[in-house]
Amino acid sequence: MAYLVLDQLTKRFGNWTAVDNVSLTVEKGELISLLGPSGCGKTTTLQMIAGFLDADGGRVMLDGQDLLAKKPNERGLGIVFQSYALFPHMTAAENVAFGLEMRRINRADRDRMVADALKLVGLEQYGDRHPRRMSGGQQQRVALARALVIKPSLLLLDEPLSNLDAKMREEMQIELRRIQRTVGTTMILVTHDQSEAMALSDRVVVMNKGRIQQVATPQEAYDHPANAFVANFLGRTNLLPGMVGGGAGGTVITVADSVWPVAQPMAAGPGALAVRPEKIGFVDAGGLSGTVLARVFQGTQWLFEIETAAGRLMVIRQHDGSPLPAERERVMVGWRPDDMAVMPADREAA
Amino acid sequence: MAASTETHLSGTKATAPPPRRPRRWPWTPYLLSAPGLALFAVLLLVPLAMTFLLSLNSFSFYGGIENVWQLGNYADIIADSYFHEVFLRTFRIAAVVTLLCALFGAPEAYILRRMKSPWRGLCLLIVLGPLLISVVSRTLGWALLFGSTGLVNQGLMGLGLIATPIEFMYTETGVIIALTHVLVPFMVLSVWASLQRLDPQVENAALSLGAGPLTVMRRVVLPQIVPGILSGSIIVFALAASAFATPAIIGGRRLKVAATLAYDEFLNTLNWPLGATVAVLLLIANVVIIVGCNRLVERRYKQVFE
Repeated sequence: MAYLVLDQLTKRFGNWTAVDNVSLTVEKGELISLLGPSGCGKTTTLQMIAGFLDADGGRVMLDGQDLLAKKPNERGLGIVFQSYALFPHMTAAENVAFGLEMRRINRADRDRMVADALKLVGLEQYGDRHPRRMSGGQQQRVALARALVIKPSLLLLDEPLSNLDAKMREEMQIELRRIQRTVGTTMILVTHDQSEAMALSDRVVVMNKGRIQQVATPQEAYDHPANAFVANFLGRTNLLPGMVGGGAGGTVITVADSVWPVAQPMAAGPGALAVRPEKIGFVDAGGLSGTVLARVFQGTQWLFEIETAAGRLMVIRQHDGSPLPAERERVMVGWRPDDMAVMPADREAA
Repeated sequence: MAASTETHLSGTKATAPPPRRPRRWPWTPYLLSAPGLALFAVLLLVPLAMTFLLSLNSFSFYGGIENVWQLGNYADIIADSYFHEVFLRTFRIAAVVTLLCALFGAPEAYILRRMKSPWRGLCLLIVLGPLLISVVSRTLGWALLFGSTGLVNQGLMGLGLIATPIEFMYTETGVIIALTHVLVPFMVLSVWASLQRLDPQVENAALSLGAGPLTVMRRVVLPQIVPGILSGSIIVFALAASAFATPAIIGGRRLKVAATLAYDEFLNTLNWPLGATVAVLLLIANVVIIVGCNRLVERRYKQVFE
C-alpha cells in the first residue's frame, strides 16, 4: 500500500503548464528527491503538496486521505524552506515550540519535546538564541527541528542545503540521512543538485519542463538513464547517435563502425547511445575507432578527448599505472553493453 | 649594476615608513558637511533659539513687548486651566489620530503588499493621493462634506442611521477624521517598509505548523512589523500634534489646539511672547512624549530591533 500518491497532478500559470500530469507513489519511510533544473516544476509540486498553491487537476492522497481537500494548516506536514523561514522574533526554542503550541500540548511535554528535538539536531546549547545570532547551518538545524518536532506524517524539504557552503552542505547531508534513519519520517526533498539527490535519496524523481523523466534509485538512474535529459543531468555522459536495427542475435545499435547489442526491445530506426566517460576503456578490437585529440592529467585520473566518426567522446581512465595512449594516437574504445543506455533519438530533446 | 639596484632598493626601504605628519584636527568631514550644517543652523536652530528667547520676554497691552528675561509666560500657562484644556485636547486628538492611523494603516499596508501587480500600484497611488493635494483644499473639501447639510450627514440621514445631523464642524470628531485621512499614508509607507523585510515564506511556515490565519497575523506578522508601526506612529503623532491648517479650518476659533492657539496669540492678541511660549511648550511636550513611547516600545520588542 503506497503511503503518498500523486495522481495526475497538474498546475498551470496562464498558458504555461508548470506541472504536467505528475503521478508518483512514495512508500512509508522513504526519502525521495524531486530533481531537476530550475523551472522544472519540482518546487511547484512541493507547494501543491504543502497547500500553498492550489492544484489545477489531479489528486494527492496521503495515507488514504485526500490532502488537497485540507487547508495548509490542517495537513500536519513538516516543511523546511530554502530560506529557513524561521520566526526572527523568537528564540530557537520558541521557534521549535510554535508547532506544539498550536497543537495545545501542555507546557511540560512541550519543553521536553523541544529539548529532544534540539538535541536531535545537535543544538541543545542554543535554545535561547535568536536566529540572527546563529550561523546558516545552525538556522538550518533549527528549521529542521521545528519541522520534525510536530511528528509530521510527511517532511517536505525545499532546497534545504542550497544556502550553505560546500563543507557545511556535506555535513548536513550526513546529518539529514542520520536523522531520517533515526526518526523514519517519509521525506520529499526538492533539489537541483544531482550529487545531493544521489547522496541522500532512496529514489530520485528526475523532472524537466513539468514532467517526470525517470523515477529510479540513484544508481539505476545514473547507470541506465531513461533518456538523454536524465543522462545529461546526472553527471557527465557521452551521447552518440546511432541506428537501431535487427541483427542476427537480436536488436543491435550501430554507432559509426561499431555494433552494440541492445537488451531491451526497441523499434528499428534512429537512436542514441549514452555511456559514462569512466565506463569507457581502450580495447584491441570490436569497438569504436578514433583518434586521441587531447589528454589531461588530473591527479587520480586521466581525461581523454577522442574524435570518432560518431562525434567527440570523453573518456576517464584511472591513473593506475597501466599504459595509456598518447595524443594523436589511433585508438579503439569500447564498453560493456551493460554500461550503456540506448534510447530512441526523438526523446533526445525531452 | 646589481649593486646600484641594491642601494637604490635599500634607499627606498629606508624611507618606506613615511615621516608621520603632525596629527591634525581632521577638518575634511566638517568642511564637507558645513553647507548642510549652515543651512540647518540658519533655518532651524536660529529661529528656534529666537522663539525661545522671545518666550522669556514680557508683554503688556500698552507697552508692547518688553525686552526682559523672565519665566512669567510659562508660569501663566502652567497656572491657567484654559491652556491645560488646549494642550490636553491637542494631545488627545494626536493620540486618537495615531491610533486610528495604526488601525487602518497597518492592515492597509499588509493587504496592499499581497495585491497583484497592476492593482497594487493603483491602490498605492490612491492611498498616497491625499499627500498630492494641498492641505488647505483637502481640508476645505472635508468642510463641505461635514456641514449639517453636507454629504456625510445627508447620506447618514438618508440611510436612516441618524435622525439629526451629527456635529462634525468645530468638533474634535471632525478634526480627528480629517487628520486621520491626511496622515494615514505616512503609516502605510512606514509599515510597508518593514513588510518588505518580512520573508513571505515565514507565514507559510507558521501555516504548515498548524497556525490559523489569525494566529499567523498575531504571533508572526504583527511582532515583525512593530518597528514600522512605531516609526509611523512617531511621524503621525508629531504631525498631528503640530498640525495647523486642518484644526484651523475644521476646528475654527471655537476648538483650539496648541498650534492654532500660538497663531492667535501672535496675530490676533499680538502677544508674541505668550505665543512663543505655547510653541516652545508644544515642542517640548512632543519630544518628551515621542521619546518616552519610543523607549517603552523598544524595550517591549527588544529582539525585533536588534
